Amino acid sequence: MTDLTSLSLAEARDGIRARAFSAVELTQAHLRSMEAARALNAFITETPQHALAMAREADGRVAEGNLGALEGLPLGIKDLFCTRGVLTTAASHILHGFKPPYESTVTANLWRAGAVMLGKLNLDEFAMGSSNETSYYGPVLSPWRRRGSNVDLVPGGSSGGSAAAVAAELCLGATGTDTGGSIRQPAAVAGICGIKPTYGRVSRWGIVAFASSLDQAGPMARTVKDCAILLKAMAGHDPKDSTCANIGVPDYEKALTRDVRGLRVGIPREYRIDGTPVEIDALWARGAQWLRDAGAEIIEVSLPHTQYALAAYYIVAPAEASSNLARYDGVRFGLREAGSDITDMYEKTRAAGFGREVQRRILIGTYVLSAGYYDAYYLKAQRVRSLIKRDFEQAFEKVDVLLTPTAPGPAFGIGEKSDDPISMYLNDVFTVTVNLAGLPGMSVPAGLSAEGLPLGLQVIGRPFDEETVLRTCSFLEEAAAFKAKPEAWWRAVA
Amino acid sequence: MSAGEGRNGAVIEGTTGPWEIVIGIEVHAQVSSRAKLFSGAATAFGAEPNSQVSLVDAAMPGMLPVINEYCVEQAVRTGLGLKAQINRVSVFDRKNYFYPDLPAGYQISQYKSPIVGEGEILIDMPGGETIRVGIERLHLEQDAGKSLHDQHPSLSYVDLNRAGVALMEIVSRPDMRSAEEAAAYVRKLRAILRYLGTCDGNMEQGSMRADVNVSVRRPGAPYGTRCEIKNVNSLRFIQQAVEYEARRQVDVIEAGGTIRQETRLFDSRKGETRSMRSKEEAHDYRYFPDPDLLPLELDLAFIETIRASLPELPDAKRARFMRDFGLSAYDAGVMVSEKETADYFEAVSKGRDAKAAANWIMGDLFAHLNKAGLEISASPVSADNLGRMLDLIADGTISGRIAKDVFVIMVETGGDPARIVDERGLRQVTDSSAIEAAVDAVIAENAAKVEELKTKPTMLGWFVGQVMKKTGGKANPQAVNEVLKAKLAHVLGG
Amino acid sequence: MSVDKDTVMRVARLARIAIPEDRVLPMAEELNRILAWVEQLNSVDTSGVEPLTSVVKMDLKRRADKVTDGGYAGDLMANAPLSEDNFFAVPKVVE
Repeated sequence: MTDLTSLSLAEARDGIRARAFSAVELTQAHLRSMEAARALNAFITETPQHALAMAREADGRVAEGNLGALEGLPLGIKDLFCTRGVLTTAASHILHGFKPPYESTVTANLWRAGAVMLGKLNLDEFAMGSSNETSYYGPVLSPWRRRGSNVDLVPGGSSGGSAAAVAAELCLGATGTDTGGSIRQPAAVAGICGIKPTYGRVSRWGIVAFASSLDQAGPMARTVKDCAILLKAMAGHDPKDSTCANIGVPDYEKALTRDVRGLRVGIPREYRIDGTPVEIDALWARGAQWLRDAGAEIIEVSLPHTQYALAAYYIVAPAEASSNLARYDGVRFGLREAGSDITDMYEKTRAAGFGREVQRRILIGTYVLSAGYYDAYYLKAQRVRSLIKRDFEQAFEKVDVLLTPTAPGPAFGIGEKSDDPISMYLNDVFTVTVNLAGLPGMSVPAGLSAEGLPLGLQVIGRPFDEETVLRTCSFLEEAAAFKAKPEAWWRAVA
Repeated sequence: MSAGEGRNGAVIEGTTGPWEIVIGIEVHAQVSSRAKLFSGAATAFGAEPNSQVSLVDAAMPGMLPVINEYCVEQAVRTGLGLKAQINRVSVFDRKNYFYPDLPAGYQISQYKSPIVGEGEILIDMPGGETIRVGIERLHLEQDAGKSLHDQHPSLSYVDLNRAGVALMEIVSRPDMRSAEEAAAYVRKLRAILRYLGTCDGNMEQGSMRADVNVSVRRPGAPYGTRCEIKNVNSLRFIQQAVEYEARRQVDVIEAGGTIRQETRLFDSRKGETRSMRSKEEAHDYRYFPDPDLLPLELDLAFIETIRASLPELPDAKRARFMRDFGLSAYDAGVMVSEKETADYFEAVSKGRDAKAAANWIMGDLFAHLNKAGLEISASPVSADNLGRMLDLIADGTISGRIAKDVFVIMVETGGDPARIVDERGLRQVTDSSAIEAAVDAVIAENAAKVEELKTKPTMLGWFVGQVMKKTGGKANPQAVNEVLKAKLAHVLGG
Repeated sequence: MSVDKDTVMRVARLARIAIPEDRVLPMAEELNRILAWVEQLNSVDTSGVEPLTSVVKMDLKRRADKVTDGGYAGDLMANAPLSEDNFFAVPKVVE
């Protein structure tokens, strides 16, 4: 038997359907590779018993010929999704011991489609970070290393556990969430695919909230097709989420024609930023060239307010977070530190429960919403956000998709940027605009850096036009023919 | 009619001269909905602790609000009943503060853009004056839970059954000038809410609470500093609280002190207001639009459908009662003060003498209900039965005097007046031979009085009384009068 | 607009996060750096621009007035650090 963990999700699906192997076999193979990869620290909680039970049920349905779209396919779940009876931490100490009595809509959709949960994946605490270094459960190590180096690198973030687990073939696919780039940036850095759907495409119900107007869940997997399959299962109208759109979910797999003839592809000139490594610019130009060669029309467009996106984001996201995280107060769930009175209990609990970056963002968010500063910061940022959204609307009058780099560089070393919040924030420079405007964006691996690290390209689409994004990415994937895999050094460590 | 400004209200005579009281009131009225504003949990009063709490109400991670359409309708309905502006677009904001009975750490409310804008309420004072109180706004918001501080020596207990229940906050202009006006305003508002059916107005169960803002000033001077008396839960307490607080403020100022803007609590046992320690800390609520919700947009048809279904409200009903039934302004005001009273009156007076109906209701019925502490809806005398009793008077079956006795029996037994009259032999004697016999007997027994009558014709009344006595009150007094006059014509002359 | 120690203390109090004395000044510096950086927004002309209120244009979803939830106090208490008789219990609050 071939190594089942190196199959794509689509191949594994077909294998299960053809009864080439069972869901239990497939699950066991992944559990073994998880066990051997503990050095990566990709999982906060492994759920092998749970996984095997689900796999057995899946095999039962296979035997009955009653298969769901993801029947028997083992997935990792970012530990921001609430899973019934299974520890859910958001990688924060404040959710110490929290076992939700409910299942998030997205994961419920996945289980209904027959998928198998392998465990809960590590992330930046409350998804606040771009390197997975802010997790209470320790950093995730990237499976990738610079050529000839054994320096530990970050897997990107905040969905760093998801990216590492998918890249290291610990699961066929994973869920991620993306508030400022948290699916696309780690996907790019880890050499995998990840799509942040249009805001409102996927239900947020049961996902621990970071910034409600920006958060959106999406799939991360090794191929565009795998992402398409997963997105179809995750998406859909949810009456429990007021911001979830009541529109039909297309069959995304059918959109993967790789045909870009006549496609109008915008190149936003403001994404050429001083200090961006030459190899990033070169990769971007190469991507445009592939598209042009295949019959797409490359059009330079302007998104004039791009340079203000990060600043607007770092007002809006902390403001919403400061309010969203007020519920972690030691009263109904999670950590409680003893205090002399109620206020003392709150202050000690939250000081002990939240890590440094989360505290910093809560304080910034509290400050920008406080009396006397609201107009100058929060309202100003929301006005700038309107302008950013308008930029995109105007660009999409001329083009069908936009092509940009995903991240300003390859993976960096653990600890390299963690002392400087702003340089860390700059990792999201190409991705936050998409969240601010609520658009779909996808990263696809497109090449390696000089040091042998993956680099990604991002395709941005119109609201609810994930199909064109996926189609473009399916083309880029084929053109780039990205076949590199990280060497499995972690097995030796284990 | 007079508005708040330039009107002479009650005046407090201080040692340094007269003071005017200025009162504005915020009423929190619970929407009469089955489920909560943003969750499907029940709103019934008096349930087991935390049994009417959803995951949303407990602010579990990842939970999202979805608005109850009925609550929106009731807010619009109330707005229309207050002759107010209905805002086609309104926005839900988060009001952020920490308190154990506020699980999310924020209350969803409407701050900058409420669903209802300016309106008015007219209140009729006993002196005949009609006062206009401006309504500044009405907005929808969530109620908080309940903290119990007296169950344990060192712990407070939190029950979230009320958390998330829909409230309408109705804010008046500072247009009231006396404790009586304040109470009359709340009474009138409660009547309107009950007419509309949007709130049951039950102050004992907390479905209606008032925050009363009181300040004092020299007549005609600018507003003084106000104190807010929180959660006053009866009309009598509102009156007491205003009286106490205004006097307190005058005393403070006249003693050379200044009034500090603060929140105070009314202690109903002592009849005093006192400063609330826990509210001392400067608040900074950091309002911002709730990103989990979208702006609430109302289409014209929605509003007009509600408008078309509005019932006749107290002011219109009062005018009709005066016009159609010839009731005095005062009587009509009493009849419409509660919807149940008005309904009762209309049922009794239908096809009958309306003034007589009003007199019976305001007289014997109210006297009994007050004594028994009953609402008119629980009256032992049904409108139907009271009406039939009026019929018995009108057709001469019983006299007005006997009717009083019949009414007492109806109160005791809840019985049908005709049957009571029959069973107890109370039918009025109109048979002239029986009356004549009684008259003859009285004349025969009182020869001396007959002599007196010659010089004192007013003595005739005494004879009527004697005949009535002899017939056990059942004789028709008019018939007795006529027979007496005929039999004594020789004495009376003319 | 510069954040000083008092401001950090005030904001931390609003956010109910205890900041140890020796962290106050460094936190003030961190916040100042971030705030100075986001103040680049002041150079954007936003006159006449409405703040964004909804990312995706759609009508606010509404539900019917039906009781569909609740009745599981025990489940709610299962994660509570301290509860008694289906009440959440907290250090005594003085009103």
